[in-house]
Parts: sequence; C-alpha cells; structure tokens
Amino acid sequence: MCGIVGLFLKDKSLEPQLGSMLSEMLISLSDRGPDSAGIAIYGSPSGNEAKITIQSAKPEHDFRNLDAELARAIGTPVNIAVKSTHAVVRTTPDKIDEVRETIQALRPEIRIMGAGDVVEIYKEVGLPEAVVNRFDVRSMTGTHGIGHTRMATESAVTTMGAHPFSTGADQCLVHNGSLSNHNNVRRELIREGMKFETENDTEVAAAYLSSQMAHGKNLGQALEGTLSDLDGFFTFVVGTKNGFGVVRDPIACKPAVMAETDQYVAFGSEYRALAKLPGIDNATVWEPEPATVYFWEH
Amino acid sequence: MPAINLSKALDQSHASRIFDLAEIPLRELNRALHNLTARSNETAWEVLNPKGSHSVAVGVDQPVTIDVRGSVGYYCGGMNDGSAITVHGSAGPGVGENMMSGSITVKGDASQYAGATGRGGLLVIEGNASSRCGISMKGIDIVVHGNIGHMSAFMAQSGNLVVLGDAGDALGDSIYEARLFVRGKVESLGADCIAKEMRPEHLDLLQGLLDRAGVTGVKAAEFKRYGSARTLYNFNIDNADAY
Repeated sequence: MCGIVGLFLKDKSLEPQLGSMLSEMLISLSDRGPDSAGIAIYGSPSGNEAKITIQSAKPEHDFRNLDAELARAIGTPVNIAVKSTHAVVRTTPDKIDEVRETIQALRPEIRIMGAGDVVEIYKEVGLPEAVVNRFDVRSMTGTHGIGHTRMATESAVTTMGAHPFSTGADQCLVHNGSLSNHNNVRRELIREGMKFETENDTEVAAAYLSSQMAHGKNLGQALEGTLSDLDGFFTFVVGTKNGFGVVRDPIACKPAVMAETDQYVAFGSEYRALAKLPGIDNATVWEPEPATVYFWEH
Repeated sequence: MPAINLSKALDQSHASRIFDLAEIPLRELNRALHNLTARSNETAWEVLNPKGSHSVAVGVDQPVTIDVRGSVGYYCGGMNDGSAITVHGSAGPGVGENMMSGSITVKGDASQYAGATGRGGLLVIEGNASSRCGISMKGIDIVVHGNIGHMSAFMAQSGNLVVLGDAGDALGDSIYEARLFVRGKVESLGADCIAKEMRPEHLDLLQGLLDRAGVTGVKAAEFKRYGSARTLYNFNIDNADAY
C-alpha cells in the first residue's frame, strides 16, 4: 500500500498553514502504511541561507557542541536547530558542501536527510501522527510540501528507508509502488557518480530524477523519462525548489486523486486526504491519467 | 387515540433514517443496514459526510434506498444485493464490486475497477470511470455516461458494459461472453476482442439498458458493439503470442 500526499500552494495567505494542512492530509492516510512516515516542507526563501537536515539515532550525543565544532572547522558561525532526532543546520549557500563534508567527518553516525535553500525533511519509524508531533510539523510554514506513510515491501523498516528521499539540492520524492529494475538503474547512476545511502528502490527513482535534472532537463522532462527508464509500479510525487510534479506508470494500479482550486494543487492516494481541504467541494477533482506527467512551478 | 398513533407510525416509516458519519462510526451504519430484514419498514437511508470513507453500505441485502451525500472511498456498495444506492459525489476504487442485484448510481466519477466481478444489478456512472471498469464482470450491467480507462472489461464473462463516451487502451482483453457497447472511439481493443455486428436484438437490449439508466437523447444506433472472437477459449499453443 503506502499513502502519499502533496500540496502546492498558489495562494500566499495559506503559507502559514502549510504544515498543518499537510499533516492532516498525511494522518488521514495512516492505515495505508503504519511502518514509518516522513514529510518534506519547502519553506519560504529567506535570502542568503542554505539548510541541511541531519538525523541521528543518538541526538544527545551527536548534536552536542556540533555548532561550535563546525564553526571552528569552517571559520564562520553555523546555526543548528534541533528537533528530536533531526536538526536543521543553517549556513550560507557557498559553504553548504563544506559544512556537509565537515559534519560527516566530525560525526560519522549522522545521516543527511536532505539539503538545499528551502527544503527541510523529517522522517522516522512510526505512525504519521507520532512523526508529525515529534517534529512539530503543524507549525511549519512554506510554499509546498510532500509526505509519505510507508508499508514497507522493498527494504527494511528504518529511518533511512522512510520517504521522502532526497538526492539533489531541494529535490525530493515520495513513491507508492515498487520498482523492478532499480538495481540496474542504481548501477548506472553510481557509474555516473551518484551516491546512495540505502538499498531502497525509491532512492533510485529520486536519484534518477536528480541525474536527469543535472543534465539540464526540467522537472516535466525528467518525469517523462521515468516512463521509459523505470520499470515497475509507481505513483511518484516530486518536489523541487519551486516545483511540484506527479506521474503514474502506464498500468496505474496505485491509486491517485488530485484537486485544484485557485488556492492550491493537492495530491492524495485517496480522496480522504483531500476531503478536509478548504474549498474542496468546489475544487476540480480528478484522477491523474496513466503515463501522463503533471507539474506546476511557482 | 389509535388513529393518531397509526398516522404517526406511517410518518416515521416514510422518513429517511439519517446517519452522519461525522458523528457515528461507519461500522454502526453498516451494522444497522445488515440488520435489516424483509419486514423492516426503514426503507430510506441517508448517509452524510462520507468524506472518502471506505466500504460505505457494503453487503446490503434488502431493497432499501440509500442516498450518500458526498464522495466515498474504496468498495462503496460492494456485494450489494437488492438495494438502490445513489452516491451524490464521486466514488473511489471498486464501487459496486461483486454486486449481485439492485442498483448503484454515482453522480460524479468512479475510480479504478468499478463493478469488478459484478454478477447482477445495474451500475450507472454519470461521470467518467477510470481503468479496469467492469473487469471480470459476470452478469452485471454497467452504464457509463462519460469515458472509461484502459483495460476495461478485462476477462469479462457476461453482462453488458455501455459507454456513452470513449474507451481507453485494450478494451475487452481476453473477453468471454460479455457485450460491450461504445458510442465514442476505442483507443485499442485487447486480445481476442473484436467489433461485432449490431443486430436488432442488440439494439433492443441496448435501448432497454439506456432507458433503465435514465439516459435520454442518445440512440442505440449510435453505438458499436464489441465482443469475443472466441479464439482464446481453450489454450492453443499457436495463440501464445496473443496472451
């Protein structure tokens, strides 16, 4: 099963409610996947700042004094906001690669959830409600976001096996389905220089899109490529810094429903996820066509 | 006064029994529907705030009317045996799955595998139905006012599928004896499904289905009929490529 959601706001007045809207959407799909849950929120750009979301199984140990040690190592102040097992490290965009490498050198146990100018990613084992509460997702603001609640089929139930997967700056993906050619595609992407954290099929789909976009394709073109290059069952919902996309495989077994109003575009595995959105009774509600790319950009 | 009591009793029997799913759990609704007997006088039911709930009014086996005010999730009216269900909204996957008799009308769209494996009754989708509509149908009649998606009527065994709009890829793949009537264009036909002559008995059958589904302004002669070429009934190694 698995449940996926996505919300792309067109109306800026809803931005303060992004976290609470997306949280309720995801919680409504809890019985589609009890193993783990995750959410990626694209915050409003705040000028000369970049962020890295990190995770540790031993946060008290790994996050202690990390800001001071990072600042000493790179020579500029670094801000760290800890949220349970995750923390958001803020620095300037030009320092982001150096900070990332330094974190991994100083604390090899820390995992990188994602990085970019605006994205923050939180994912853990547990039900959506527990994950949302743990990271206080309801209070988060932003322009768009995606979420996932997992019933594991392809790899272990771990934090790193939870979605969203992020394999490029401000890029992330959630997936309902399972891929059958992910080992081959992973090998090809490794040869190109991509790095993988897990054995998970969805990470391969995320890396495939990152690779396509790194080669100059836009989100829509990259999603189009999944239809010929990825084999298996999939409904993907994808976020980029300013975009939001959806694609389903040609067989389209995995459920999907979308809604659009003047205020937002929303995706849910089921209508339940959309039922409480403002103005849903007058929204355009439709089932995305198989093998058809949908994307929106700010 | 006995006369007043009698008129009060009659009034109650005509009033709808209303279940608001925002207040009452779905299982209580379905339990109450399952407790109906042929002697029950609660013949009109109304369901409020379904908000995409799964399994609304499954397994009803009495001839009551059920009006669902809003959109439903998976399997609404599944196994229906005699009730007349109207969904005043859209339906998720598997609406009317394995219906035995009665009717289900969806005022909006229906998701995947509407009417799958249905053995009887009438399923009317006033909007579009998506993929696998009528998959493995075994006697149900399905009338779709709009379009249907790919792989519809896959392995359909008997019954009738009527589509006023277009049909997607691979219509009627590996079909047995179901009859398919499509008014618009068919993206492609599945293995062993072919266009067939529309004879007078088919026009009569189709007109009857259109009438029962409340379709007006559309003539039976506007449709084409599709069905089985009957070459895949028994496995023949020479047909292996067609499967």
